[in-house]
Amino acid sequence: MTFALWGVNHNSAPIELRERFAIPAHSLGAATQELALQPEIEEAMILSTCNRVEFLVRSRNGRADLHGFLQQHLQLNPAEYDGCLYRHHDREAIRHLFRVASSLDSMVVGEPQILGQVKEAYATARAIGAVHSELDALVTSAFAAAKRVRTETAIGSSAVSVASVAVELAKKIFGSLEGKCVCLVGAGKMSELAARHLVENGAARILVANRTPANAEALADAFGAEVIGFDELYTHADRADIVISSTGSQQPIFRREHGEAFMARRKNRPMFFIDIAVPRDVDVSVGKLDGVFVYDIDDLQSVVATHVADRHREAERAEGIVNAEVEKFIARQSRHEAVPTIVSLQEHLEGIRLAEFDRVRGKLSALTPEQQGAVDALTRGIINKVLHTPISTLKTAAQNSDDPGSSAAIELIKRIFNLEKAGVTNLEKEGAEPPKSKSAKTS
Amino acid sequence: MPVVWLRVALAFYSVGLIYSVVVLGRRTNWITRFTAPAMQLGMIFHFVSLAETFHSQGRIGISSVHDLESLLAFMLMFGFALVFVRYRTVTPGILIFPAVFLLTFAAAVGKNPIAFSSPTLRKPWIAVHITLILAGYAALLFSLAACVLYLLQERGLKAKSRLAISRLPALDVIDQIGYRSLLLGFPFMTFGLLTGVVLAQAEYGPAFIADPKILLSLLMWVVYIVLLYTRWSAGWRGRRAALLASAAFVAAIAAWTANNFSSIHRFMR
Repeated sequence: MTFALWGVNHNSAPIELRERFAIPAHSLGAATQELALQPEIEEAMILSTCNRVEFLVRSRNGRADLHGFLQQHLQLNPAEYDGCLYRHHDREAIRHLFRVASSLDSMVVGEPQILGQVKEAYATARAIGAVHSELDALVTSAFAAAKRVRTETAIGSSAVSVASVAVELAKKIFGSLEGKCVCLVGAGKMSELAARHLVENGAARILVANRTPANAEALADAFGAEVIGFDELYTHADRADIVISSTGSQQPIFRREHGEAFMARRKNRPMFFIDIAVPRDVDVSVGKLDGVFVYDIDDLQSVVATHVADRHREAERAEGIVNAEVEKFIARQSRHEAVPTIVSLQEHLEGIRLAEFDRVRGKLSALTPEQQGAVDALTRGIINKVLHTPISTLKTAAQNSDDPGSSAAIELIKRIFNLEKAGVTNLEKEGAEPPKSKSAKTS
Repeated sequence: MPVVWLRVALAFYSVGLIYSVVVLGRRTNWITRFTAPAMQLGMIFHFVSLAETFHSQGRIGISSVHDLESLLAFMLMFGFALVFVRYRTVTPGILIFPAVFLLTFAAAVGKNPIAFSSPTLRKPWIAVHITLILAGYAALLFSLAACVLYLLQERGLKAKSRLAISRLPALDVIDQIGYRSLLLGFPFMTFGLLTGVVLAQAEYGPAFIADPKILLSLLMWVVYIVLLYTRWSAGWRGRRAALLASAAFVAAIAAWTANNFSSIHRFMR
């Protein structure tokens, strides 16, 4: 195997450096192309998101050097990113890619966007032919691993931001948010975010009440909402199923008597108050009324905290799945490697035998054809005896490909007999491997 | 032979019983996966058992207390199937499954069924009367189950406990199950009582009205109307609805067991 992965992420590098690494989507194709054209590099893919920039390559000799590319394309000197850049090879590179695709390396573990981003990077690299054979198999295996993690663990099942927890709770009360009405009391970043989440999940009408009408207007424009005067808040608020309150008021805005009036006018249909103001806008007694649910910022954050803890527990199970998938991939790779290795090993020794035979052909001419035949058979026999153990080792390695040691055995045999070059030329000559023939077409 | 099928059904229903015992206490949801299929299989065997009973009688009718129990259990399961198809939730089973299990258990394992020997019961209108009333009972039990679930979910959401938040259906869904089963059950209950009144009038004359079973049934019907009206006009949910539904349910249980004090419904000689 000859995979390498270089990169920076939110853990390894500060934002200032990640910005310099980042490659915008429109030039990603060109950058990938350039990377793939670097010497020694056969296949390449670049993943560039706000939290990470990673360069995944398959190189001929297994020790890819991307410093040149970083210097040329991104004008980055090794001194600038020294200590912030991680470099993984083979097994570690595979594992890293699988973990990234499964969202185990994400800032918010289990967040679902990263898989889509990896898929986009893959599509871009594939479209320009930078990914075509072994890297293709690697990335598709990463998708399979990510899918297993998603279906077999609950890593992405619970909400881990205040806004998404608010949506989840609203769904637990109202079932669906289709056609529900949301009232924003006070205009702030957080309430805007929560409202946006609710609208994305189907909430239909938005009311905005703010002490400064200009801010309310601005927010109303953003959402297509209806502005209500702060003084008419109590006559309008009962129209809303969900009230998001975030004013700077020192006194509670909603008290028990308001809650009672709302519920009477709403015919006891439930009402959900999301109180993200400190000090709180909704009096504690409101939450004691039947059918009224009040969650303050602490409540929401403690739900977030338990969900985050859940995710970390699930992440441990996910790591196990990823490790198993990595071993499976490596095993499959070594199975693919074993067969060509056996062939090239036989051809290599046969080549030596014939060369030596040619060398002494003059001296052998005195022998009778029977004797020449016997010498031929003798040399053949020696080679077969010598090859017996390595070939049977390769065969067992191909059969027991689940054993990680088998890949090492193949590598060792290749190294002892110096097969790397022989194997490559042989394959290119015959074009026997389907991925290789594809590579010939694209390059 | 019907008893054998009923016992097979009972075996499947026991899965539902286990579900209702463990579901609120456990974090992992393994039993939920088996519950719906097991209950569906149970329903099939239960249907076979009922069909054989009616076939051997040569008519659709009730000849013993066990038939009555079995029929009511089947109607509860039918209601469960409706809810499951519409809302994809098995949670009403938390209360429905134990009732189904107990009724089926009594019908399948109980010895010496009290046979109804009265010839009155052979009238076809009696079968209609009984079926309608049982459907009304089933709807009432569903509405009670929904009320209890509503209370549980409301408490859970207010206490900010993650158990309720993760397990039960949305509050509004539970509310709809309860309200719709009330609406659906009302005509059954009303026509069931009406046919009973007409039949009793024809059989016993005007004196029937003072019968305890009749009085309890009328009381139950009145509470039922109050339940519907308060939900429709004032949107009573949760605690108050649960109290009313329990009152209606207690009246229903009393009416169900009042046969021994009733001159009209004493069908055993």
